[in-house]
Amino acid sequence: MEIAFYIAGTVAVAATWMVITRHNPVHALLYLNVSLLAHAMLFYLLGASFAALLEIIIYAGAIMVLFIFVVMLLNLGKETAEQERKWLKPKVWVGPTVLAAILFAEFLALVLSSGQGAYSPAVVSPRELATALYREYLIGVELAAMLLMAAVVGAAHIGRHKKLVLHRFLQEEKEKEEEKHEEAVL
Amino acid sequence: MNEILKYTLMIVIILFTLTTIAAWLIWLERRMLALWQDRYGPNRAGPFGLFIVVADTIKLFFKEDWIPPFAEKAVFVFAPAIVAAAVLLSFVVVPFAPDILVADLDIGLLFFLAMSSLGVYSIVLGGWASNNKYSLLGALRGASQMISYEVFMGLSLMGVVMLSGSFRLTDIVMAQKDFWFVVTQPVAFVLFLTAGIAETHRLPFDIPEAESELVAGFHSEYSGMKFGMFFIGEYLGIILISAMVVTIFFGGWLGPVLPPVVWFTLKTFVFIIFFILLRASLPRPRYDQLMEYGWKIILPIALLNLLVTGGFTLLKN
Amino acid sequence: MISLLRSIGLIFLHMFRKRETIQYPEEKVVLHPRWRGRIVLTRDPDGGERCVGCYLCAAACPVDCISLQATEDEHGRRYPAFFRINFSRCIFCGYCEEACPTYAIQLTPDFEMGEYNRQNLVYEKEDLLIDSQGKYPGYNYYKVAGLSAGVKGKGEGANEEPPVDIRSLIP
Repeated sequence: MEIAFYIAGTVAVAATWMVITRHNPVHALLYLNVSLLAHAMLFYLLGASFAALLEIIIYAGAIMVLFIFVVMLLNLGKETAEQERKWLKPKVWVGPTVLAAILFAEFLALVLSSGQGAYSPAVVSPRELATALYREYLIGVELAAMLLMAAVVGAAHIGRHKKLVLHRFLQEEKEKEEEKHEEAVL
Repeated sequence: MNEILKYTLMIVIILFTLTTIAAWLIWLERRMLALWQDRYGPNRAGPFGLFIVVADTIKLFFKEDWIPPFAEKAVFVFAPAIVAAAVLLSFVVVPFAPDILVADLDIGLLFFLAMSSLGVYSIVLGGWASNNKYSLLGALRGASQMISYEVFMGLSLMGVVMLSGSFRLTDIVMAQKDFWFVVTQPVAFVLFLTAGIAETHRLPFDIPEAESELVAGFHSEYSGMKFGMFFIGEYLGIILISAMVVTIFFGGWLGPVLPPVVWFTLKTFVFIIFFILLRASLPRPRYDQLMEYGWKIILPIALLNLLVTGGFTLLKN
Repeated sequence: MISLLRSIGLIFLHMFRKRETIQYPEEKVVLHPRWRGRIVLTRDPDGGERCVGCYLCAAACPVDCISLQATEDEHGRRYPAFFRINFSRCIFCGYCEEACPTYAIQLTPDFEMGEYNRQNLVYEKEDLLIDSQGKYPGYNYYKVAGLSAGVKGKGEGANEEPPVDIRSLIP
C-alpha cells in the first residue's frame, strides 16, 4: 500500500505543478481536479475514507464544477492565455518560490530528523467520525453551521427580487388603472 | 493469487454484462416506446429486431470520427470517456447478489454519490470543448441541474442510512429483510427517483440535451464512437440508477424461491422500463421550473423527511 | 402531480391498444384510385396513343420534369416522337394530368419505384406508355373532336352533325 501512497503523492504534486504553469484556465482547473482526486486517494490510503469521498463529492464534484462553470461563461480566449504567459515571468515567481523553497527545506529537515514515521493508517469509520464531530467538536460544527447560515442569508438577500419591473406598455396600463381607481375612490 | 483471479474474472464479467445490457437497452427502449405509442418499433433485423443494435454499433464504428476545427481538441476527446468511466466506477459498489460484487466498501453509498458527481464533467467539458453556443448552453444547464439534484439525491438517501445505520450497501440490503425501505421511506424513494432521473438527464429532465431547443445540447458536435460513448453512458446511467433504487429501497437481491441475481435483475428491469415509460409520457419542464422544483419543493421535503426519520429513530431507541 | 401520474397511467394503457403501423412490404397500404403516383401515358379504345404532343403538360409542370417532341404520322395525326419524365424531379402534383386535353397523361396509384441508379428514374416513352385506357375507359379524343386523322370521317364524331352540303338548296 505504501507504493500506492507514493504514486498518489507524486500525481498530486505533478498535477498541482501543472495547475500553476498552465496558461489556459480550463486546463489549469482540470489539473486541479486531478490533484484533488489524488488527494482523495491519499486520504483513503491514510484510513480516512469518509474524508476522501467528501473531498470528491464536494471539491471535485461541486466546487470545481462551479469554477469551470464561471470560467466557461467568461469565454476566455487566446488573449487571456497570452496575458497569463506574460504574467508568468521568472521575475514574478522567483521570489515566492525561493521563500517557499526555504520553508520546504526546513520542513524536510524537521521531518527527516524526527525519525522514520511508520506508515500505519488507522481506519476511521464514518460512525467514529460522526461521534467525534457531534460530541468532542460540537462547538466547531455549530460555529461552521452559523457561518453557513450567514452565507445563506447573504445569498438570499443578494438574490431577492428588489421590485417588479414592468415593460413600458404595461407600466402605462398600470398607471391608467391606478388613475381610474383613484377617480372611483374620489 | 486465487483471490485476485476471482476478482479479475468478476470485474470482467460484470463489465461485459453491463455494457452488453446497455447496448441492448437501445433496442428495448425503442421497442417499449413504440409499444406505448401504438407502433411496433424495430422488428426487421433478426428475431424481434434484436440485431438492430449490432447494425447500430457497426454504423457508429464506421462513421467518420470528426473533430471540429474550432473545438478544444484534447478536452473534446477526453470528455466522452468520463461519462462511461464514472458510471462504470459506480458499479464497483453495487451488490448484484451476496457473492457477486466487486468491492464491499464501508462507504459504498458515498462512493456512488461521489462517482455520480464526477459524471457532470463529461457534460460540462464536452459542451465547453465543442466551442458551440448551443453546446455551451447545454453544458451550463447540465452543470447546474446535476449539481443541484446531487444535493437532493444525497439528502434523500440519508434517511435510509439512518435506519440501516451503515453506508455499506450490503448492510442496507440486509436491513430490509423484514420491510423494504420503500415502505418505511416512501418520500425518500420518490425524491431519489426524481433526482436520479435528473442525474442521468433522462427524458422528462433532459434539458441539457433538449433536441427541440438546443439541437442535442452538449453533444451536438460529437459524432461516431465519441457520440456512442455519450449514448452508452446514458444507458449505463439508467441501469445504475435503477440498480441503486432496487438496492436501497426494494430489498436488492432479497426475494423468495428464485436465486438472488435473478431477483436483482428482475427488479432492476422493472425500473429501467419505468424510466422508458416516463420518457414516453411526460413533457420536458422548462429550465427554471426544474430548478424551482429542486430548491423550493424537493429540498425542504428531503430535509423534513430527514428530520422526521431522525426523530423516529431517536424515539425507538 | 396527479395529472402527471394520470398521463403516465394512460400512456401505460396504450400498451394494449391496436397497433397503427402497417407492416409495409408484407402488408400493403390501401391506395385510392385518385392517388397521385407514377405517371403513365394511356391509349384510346382503338389502341392508338392518346397523346397529341401539345406540350401543355410540359408547360404546366412546376419542376420542368417533362420533356417531349411532337411529330405527325401520314394521316396528320400528332404523336410524341419522344416523351421523357424525370421522376427524380417529379413532385407528383398532378398538374400535367389536369392540363392534358386528351386524358393521355394520368397519375396512377403506385409509388414503388425505387432505384439504385438515379439515371434509371428517367422514364422514356416506352416505359410510360401502357396498354390501357386508364381512368377514362371508352374515351377517344379523335372521335369527339379534332381534325380528321384517319380515325373518323367528317361529321362522324360524337354529337357532331354531318357537314352541310353547301351546293344543295334543301335545308
